[in-house]
Amino acid sequence: MRKNLRTWLWLAGVNLFISAFTFGGGYVVVPMVRRYFVERRQLFKEEELMGMAAVAQSTPGAIAINLSALAGYRVAGTPGAVISCLSALLPPLVVLGLVSMFYAAFVSNHVIAALLKGMQAGVAALIVDLVIDMCALIVNRRSRFMTALIPAAFIANFVLNINVALILGASCLLCLLMVFIQTRKAP
Amino acid sequence: MNAALTLFLAFTKIGLLSIGGGYAIIPLIHERVVEQAAWVSEQVFADIITISQMTPGPLAVNTSTFVGLWIGGVPGALAATLGAVLGGVILSLLLYRFFEKYRFSAYVNSMLEGLKSASQGLIVSAAVTILLLAFYGSGSPGLHNLLSGLNWAALLIFSASMLALRKWRLNPLLIILLSGLAGVVVYT
Repeated sequence: MRKNLRTWLWLAGVNLFISAFTFGGGYVVVPMVRRYFVERRQLFKEEELMGMAAVAQSTPGAIAINLSALAGYRVAGTPGAVISCLSALLPPLVVLGLVSMFYAAFVSNHVIAALLKGMQAGVAALIVDLVIDMCALIVNRRSRFMTALIPAAFIANFVLNINVALILGASCLLCLLMVFIQTRKAP
Repeated sequence: MNAALTLFLAFTKIGLLSIGGGYAIIPLIHERVVEQAAWVSEQVFADIITISQMTPGPLAVNTSTFVGLWIGGVPGALAATLGAVLGGVILSLLLYRFFEKYRFSAYVNSMLEGLKSASQGLIVSAAVTILLLAFYGSGSPGLHNLLSGLNWAALLIFSASMLALRKWRLNPLLIILLSGLAGVVVYT
């Protein structure tokens, strides 16, 4: 019980903290979870984080919240998921509540605009850093098919503007087909 | 209470329809709260998006929270936020448990591997979008302004952050704070 309580408190704290600093979209949560859950505490492996990120992205809703719920679930079951999710929602709620009271001043403030513009470049670096390591994990497995899927999904999304759900669904189907062909070929 | 329930149901539906997070959800919210229900005006909605981008937390969550707050006060904000995330979180947990349960099946396993690769591709796409936004602002660059349109300060902050991350494994939080400070120094 005591150990549970400590885990729950840690989950609540780390999610409050991560959520309060995720400027620039949900993807920043992935490097944050990597730092605190994978590198600091070694609660699960990087490979698992990639699986969670994939699941969080393949289901509806905000990727950041889905990922916090999954990481919480992995560490402490359903209570962990509930605690993580609620603590991740709290900071935006409080900040927006405050901002909405004097939002005209907030929107037109030059210092805040400069702060955010600077953060944008930093956040870009965080995501590029993550992408390098994650893609290396996939490429190192030396499956030509899985490696080729990365640029294929990128082009489908970025260049061709194809719906995300469609891309993920098509990848799943392709993988099923691959296994089907391989098992039929095997004696 | 009734308003909160209406908001909860409206945002549950919006949340369930938005795969891919972030910007995918905005048109859905717009359609429901501006065009269908006229709960907020175009102008207010534009302000809501701006502020949601400027405050911490995922864009989809912030927008839902703010719209809820605008229409129904604090109970409205709670209802809209919970509605927007609840369906996705439950489906995520179910899908995760499905992959855990059948992890020894070659079919299920290869599906997860495929999703991992495809989702990496999508994250690369998000990274490129953010990079372009940071380096060139909202207008997309062409060959003629590849250099002249480039924001050199942003490139510098980006390169310094990359170095700090790859070489010294600096804390991501510190990166965000320091690059924000650098922005204040450079842009004001």
